[in-house]
Amino acid sequence: MPDADVKAAAALPVAQVDFETQRAVEAFLTRQAEVLDDALWDEWLGLFAPDGRYWMPAHRDQAQGDGVPNIFWEDLDLMTIRIRRNTHPHAWSQSPPNRLSHVVSNVAIENVAENGDVTVRSKFHCSEYLRYEVRHFAGKYRHELVRAADGEGEGAYRIRLQRVDLLNAEGPFDYVIQWWL
Amino acid sequence: MRNGNRDISGLVEPDRVHRLCYTDPDIFAEEMARIHETAWVYVGHKSQVKAPGDYYTVQVGRQPMFMVRGKDGEIRVFYNRCPHRGAMLCSDRSGNAGQRFRCSYHAWMYNFDGTVASIPATSGYDGTRMKLAEGDAGLKPAARVDHYRGFYFASLAPDGPDLETFLGGATLTFDQLVDRAPDGDVEVVGDCFRMIQKSNWKIFLENQLDVSHPSATHESTGVSAGQVEREIEKRDGGKPPLAYSFISAFKTPIEEWGKFDTVGHPHGHCFLAGYMGLRPQDPDTVEYETLLKQAHGAEKGEAILSTDLHHVLVYPSLSVQPPLQQLRAIRPLGVDRTLTEIWHFRLKGAPEAIYRRALDYYYLVNSPSTMVNADDLHNFWKCHNGLASEGGDWVSLHRNYGSDTVEDGVTYSAPGTMSEMPLRHMMQIWADYMDAGKGAGAGGSGGR
Repeated sequence: MPDADVKAAAALPVAQVDFETQRAVEAFLTRQAEVLDDALWDEWLGLFAPDGRYWMPAHRDQAQGDGVPNIFWEDLDLMTIRIRRNTHPHAWSQSPPNRLSHVVSNVAIENVAENGDVTVRSKFHCSEYLRYEVRHFAGKYRHELVRAADGEGEGAYRIRLQRVDLLNAEGPFDYVIQWWL
Repeated sequence: MRNGNRDISGLVEPDRVHRLCYTDPDIFAEEMARIHETAWVYVGHKSQVKAPGDYYTVQVGRQPMFMVRGKDGEIRVFYNRCPHRGAMLCSDRSGNAGQRFRCSYHAWMYNFDGTVASIPATSGYDGTRMKLAEGDAGLKPAARVDHYRGFYFASLAPDGPDLETFLGGATLTFDQLVDRAPDGDVEVVGDCFRMIQKSNWKIFLENQLDVSHPSATHESTGVSAGQVEREIEKRDGGKPPLAYSFISAFKTPIEEWGKFDTVGHPHGHCFLAGYMGLRPQDPDTVEYETLLKQAHGAEKGEAILSTDLHHVLVYPSLSVQPPLQQLRAIRPLGVDRTLTEIWHFRLKGAPEAIYRRALDYYYLVNSPSTMVNADDLHNFWKCHNGLASEGGDWVSLHRNYGSDTVEDGVTYSAPGTMSEMPLRHMMQIWADYMDAGKGAGAGGSGGR
């Protein structure tokens, strides 16, 4: 294999996993997208581990989220503020409420640890209905999922870290991104 | 005065403004020419271009420009246009040009001081009107470039007050930002956030000094952050992050916002007194204040820390928040479209915790996911659409009109009020610029 190909393979690892694992991880990612699209906010919080975090870097080459500018960098407390704020009757920017529609695909499991924790990357496309117009987002997800003790199927995992690399992370943005993509 | 078919005089009165000032495309073109392309407009901070050949593109008025650091260390500002056939020299937002600029179209080369480095097949110009030796082919610089403590401005007009005269009392905002660094210097962190507002640029500037809006506009965020703060306190030993107070402060009742004084300076610059409680006595702040007093001496250190300043608006292009280590540059894109570039700074020599605090504010208030500006931008959009209608010609700026005082050319709102003085003040300056004045007046907003 030429050098360049070795490098590319290392940057985009794919683990050999059994069908059941692939299916459970894909079902989890599908479920996450549906929860956002249907605005099921209690369930959204339930998708995350207690120390879970949602991260959207401000640049595609960003190695870490802590201590540097990000588009999103939220733990469960900040996510709770956002949910209550966006659903507050005086959240003016939610008049009319925006809506999301996700498609998640290209699911490649990068690693399955001995304890069942999974690292998985995927692609998403999200359309947003905002003030009676539609705008579009596209990008890459990278999830660090922990195996839930009691869960199975689509509930088999919790999110420890969700990294969302937006295709246009550097902006400009025509209006605020109010919900997680 | 007349502007095309439009008579501008009469659109600005001392206590009200005609809606066309915000919505008329011809007036927008005129204010770009008379204000943004004559006044000193913020270009960028020196730390955006650290090494020779580093460039950063920027829009000044309607003109695409870039700043570049030369091999001599000087920062210069040029039009982003090859003098040959007009192609932009820089198509990336920022970068390093190597040894010199090379136009992608015909390989004309330019030094970082704007002079021609080389032109292919030069002999083809022999005997033509193009006098290469006399600098005919060099890059066109901004008419004037200057900086105050590392913050660079350009004016596209050859005449006018020098930068320091133009800034006047507003130099305090840069002094505050830089002097808060124990090592006496600041630098940008990362790239800026870029947000587009679907509204006229003046609506953004006015909002920065509008103390009656926060609790009305941001109530949902203030209340929700306050709830979560209390829930964290109830958890075992829970202490909410200091940064949450930046947004829970918005639940402060509207009547209490009158305590934050506003001041209007010549050329339209405005001050809003501080309100974010930025001197908590936690260990990080105590450590930082000790460092600052070691650097400056106790007396000057205390004077720097106790300056009560939340917001300084440097008319017409900049909003600076020194205690929060950030600024927002305004780039009007059209009569109803405005880009803001939001930068934040690290105070050199300050503890990491102090940077983290500024970063949290930057995130919560100004990131593309902000829960605060989400409602501001929404209101700006609604304002612009409302003003574009014929439902009423005038915008009210009446609150506490007649109670402002003017001393030595500086206008003060009546203490304890939520006076709309800054809005009146900026529009008087605007009218002065539009009337071909230099915007140097006190604003004349004191009298009835």
